[in-house]
Amino acid sequence: MRSSLILDTVTRGAFPLVLVFSLYLLFVGHNAPGGGFVGGLTAGAAFVLLYAGGGIQRVHEVVPMRYENVLGAGLLLAGVTGLGSLVLGEPFLSSAIVKWHPPLLGEIKLVTVLFFDIGVYVIVVGMVIALLTVLGAYGDDPDRMPSMVDRPATTRRDRRGIRRTRQ
Amino acid sequence: MESKGYWVPIALVALHFVIAAIAPLGARSLGRRIFYVCAVAPAATAIWAAAASPGILEGRPVDASLGWLPAIGLEISLRVDAFALVMIALVSGIGTLIFVYSVSYFGHHAGTDRDLGRFASRLTAFAGAMLGLVLADNLLVLYVFWELTSITSYLLIGYEDEKGSARAAALQALLITASGGLVMLAGFVLIGEAAGTYEISALLANPPVTGLAAVGALLTLAGAFTKSAQVPFHIWLPGAMAAPTPVSAYLHSATMVKAGIYLIARFAPVFAVVAGWRPLVLGVGLATMLWGGLRALRQHDLKLLLAYGTVSQLGFMMTLFGAGLGEATHAAVVLLLAHAMFKAALFMVAGVVDHQTHTRDIRRLSGVGRRMPALAVVGTIAAMSMAGLPPLFGFIAKEGAYETYLHADLAAPWPTVMLIGLVAGSVLTFAYSYRFVWGAFADKPMARQRKQVGASSPAPTWAFLAPPALLAALTVATGIVPASVDHLVNAAAQALAGVEEIHLALWHGFTLALLLSMVTVGLGVGLVWVREPFSALQERWGGWPGSQAAYEWSLRALNVVSDRVTGVVQSGSLPVYLAVILLTAVLLPSSALLALPRVPGPSALAENGAQLLVAAGIIVAAVSLIFSQRRFISVFLMGSVGYGVAVLFVLQGAPDLALTQFLIETLSVVVFVLVLRFLPPRFSRRPWRLGQAMRVLTAGAVGAFVFFMALIAGGSRPDSATPVAEEFLARSIEEAGGHNVVNVILVDFRGYDTLGEITVLVIAALGVAALVVASARRDGVADTGDRPDEDRVDGTGPADARQELGAQVGAEVEH
Repeated sequence: MRSSLILDTVTRGAFPLVLVFSLYLLFVGHNAPGGGFVGGLTAGAAFVLLYAGGGIQRVHEVVPMRYENVLGAGLLLAGVTGLGSLVLGEPFLSSAIVKWHPPLLGEIKLVTVLFFDIGVYVIVVGMVIALLTVLGAYGDDPDRMPSMVDRPATTRRDRRGIRRTRQ
Repeated sequence: MESKGYWVPIALVALHFVIAAIAPLGARSLGRRIFYVCAVAPAATAIWAAAASPGILEGRPVDASLGWLPAIGLEISLRVDAFALVMIALVSGIGTLIFVYSVSYFGHHAGTDRDLGRFASRLTAFAGAMLGLVLADNLLVLYVFWELTSITSYLLIGYEDEKGSARAAALQALLITASGGLVMLAGFVLIGEAAGTYEISALLANPPVTGLAAVGALLTLAGAFTKSAQVPFHIWLPGAMAAPTPVSAYLHSATMVKAGIYLIARFAPVFAVVAGWRPLVLGVGLATMLWGGLRALRQHDLKLLLAYGTVSQLGFMMTLFGAGLGEATHAAVVLLLAHAMFKAALFMVAGVVDHQTHTRDIRRLSGVGRRMPALAVVGTIAAMSMAGLPPLFGFIAKEGAYETYLHADLAAPWPTVMLIGLVAGSVLTFAYSYRFVWGAFADKPMARQRKQVGASSPAPTWAFLAPPALLAALTVATGIVPASVDHLVNAAAQALAGVEEIHLALWHGFTLALLLSMVTVGLGVGLVWVREPFSALQERWGGWPGSQAAYEWSLRALNVVSDRVTGVVQSGSLPVYLAVILLTAVLLPSSALLALPRVPGPSALAENGAQLLVAAGIIVAAVSLIFSQRRFISVFLMGSVGYGVAVLFVLQGAPDLALTQFLIETLSVVVFVLVLRFLPPRFSRRPWRLGQAMRVLTAGAVGAFVFFMALIAGGSRPDSATPVAEEFLARSIEEAGGHNVVNVILVDFRGYDTLGEITVLVIAALGVAALVVASARRDGVADTGDRPDEDRVDGTGPADARQELGAQVGAEVEH
């Protein structure tokens, strides 16, 4: 993909702003328009900008994880939130509200479903990264299809430092 | 009733899974000593059970309960009664020994450089699942743990996953036990619905008597028979010997294969009166006992010999528990304990022999007994208990079984048939017990060409020998002083079948049962005497098509059928797929709409001019889409339609929807653009125009349907009902602490739906990614490395499994 200096510069500046806005949407979601899904989509759009400016390498620099792991982490977080309410003796996925009053900051209210929403956010971001990785990188350079087994940071080393590619 | 320590059983089960989760990390620094850490979970369980046992044996079970989905009667309820104590002794008591044994087993073993953490994790997870299974007091919870043991068993059998035969055996075990489990689930639902409760203790106290409940009881037998390896489902158990020996000793002799027995034990006292139950259970159990014994006499591999012996003994237990009679249940509990002690010990002994000599083939082993006398003593004691010789616990178990059927309260031919069958089965057991001892330890001056091993192998360490030695010592102790387990056995039988007390004793005087025991030993010695001609006879019989052939045939048939179905359903044409989906969505609900008495008209076409303007824009974009020739223009127009709808949402005051819609449309366009790079810029212009007409028609039908659907849905609320929105709004702040009701609905009120949706989203994203990668590889674009065996390794599909099973397991196991 040809890179354009203007696009590159603009995306470098815009990416953090959009990402912060997506986090804002995520955290206010319980009381104002927003939420995990919308926030995740906004962050996804930020990664599309990043991709447009610097290709898939730029995306992998920011998120040095396999997209499978990002997706899995999000689902795990959402599922564990549900289990958390079981530990507290409540039915699966019921929400609890925690309030505390630190000095100067006024009241801080935490609803446990926020973690569920964060899981949704992470999954949506992971989905966008997955699409950018497989569809984007393939189109950029059809000779270097990133396969499931040899992408950057996909080979693991075992404890003796021997490369183990999962086959 | 809730005792004080009500949370303890749940915490103990959870502890297993927590340790299972951290075991892979711990193994990096601890190596094989990670098994000591894992042993903490079963050891803690055993200690707690021992501490709590006085009250439980008095008849005061410990109950624990936690709401999971209380709305549909699904609660995580556990109950520790006296029979559960017996099972804990097996699951956690023997489990602890297995973990200690594993430390030595994996030292200097061929599997040392394998990832031990993974193995330890799976074994601990299995221990937790098995504990949950035997404690569960809710049918659905029992089912969940039941399938968890199947899955962990699958992972453990397939531990050496580079071996095709191990993968095939693991898959076979999973397919057989899980399909039986599904049938059992159907039975559970029938029973639960008939009884009005899924709580096991409640429905056994007040059993449902309807015909459906009887059908349900018979269906649960499918689960019990497959799990406990009864004929004709027994074939997976010998295959499961592909697992490391600790797994064979733990899952495939002491615990998991007893899950079916456990279920029968719980249900038989209530459901044995169901027509067909006794003939089925007693018949299958007896056939299993005899068939397993016959097969065991043909094996040359020590573990396979023991595996068929286990099949035989499981059949034995089935014949006792299955009758549902008080005295038989009592005898069965004794047998359950006896078998766990001697068979786990025997497997561990076989593992030691394998570990020290690197073979389990009795045609190659020679002189092991002289080289390792302590091991030989342990193995011989355990085998003698299996053969039913006094003064060992196995003798008491067998006496009890004979005594039961000498005066069982059953219809005329059954007691006689059972007695003859049990004696015949015990004769076979005697013979294969001898075969084990002779095969493992004897000096064989035979003229075989094979290289003999054993006489020069290193003796095992004391730590390695201690777990089986402890079990053998227990066998002797409980045999000589049976009164020591009297209380436990009586309380367990009491918890199951409400039987009056029976006292165990080594010596009952000269009874008919003793005579039968003497006959058994006599015939057993005779069978050992004629073993050469007997095995020649068996060789001549062998080779008839058995369960293995049926299993392979059904897998093949499944492949053929799914090939055909796929060929018909998956034509490969994207327009056809879309048309099928869309037309289904249109036709099914609209037939219901047509049946409505009246269709409410629109209250107003539009509320303001802005709406009309936007709508006009949408329509223009949608109609131009039909005439667009260029793909990029089409994507652009579709995006315009989506943005137009989003603007409508803004005008209606739905910021959440609008925001989502804008973002979705943006990302959709981006994804389209990424894909468009692979496609020609223009649509193909084929002379055949019918296809396009069909598309326009389909699209129009969908549009019209959505229009009327929205109209009718909006206008069809009964006037009296309060809108659900009001209740959502009212409850959103006080219950969920949120002011944005849309978000509260998504993450709280309908949290389950969202969890399901995001799971689908993850699967879809992974699926799309895998498809793109796979198609790119197929096109030869990026086939970077030559991996000739990659497909074989990646796809343990039924086709591979079938071939490998036929080639390897079938050849090794059945012949």
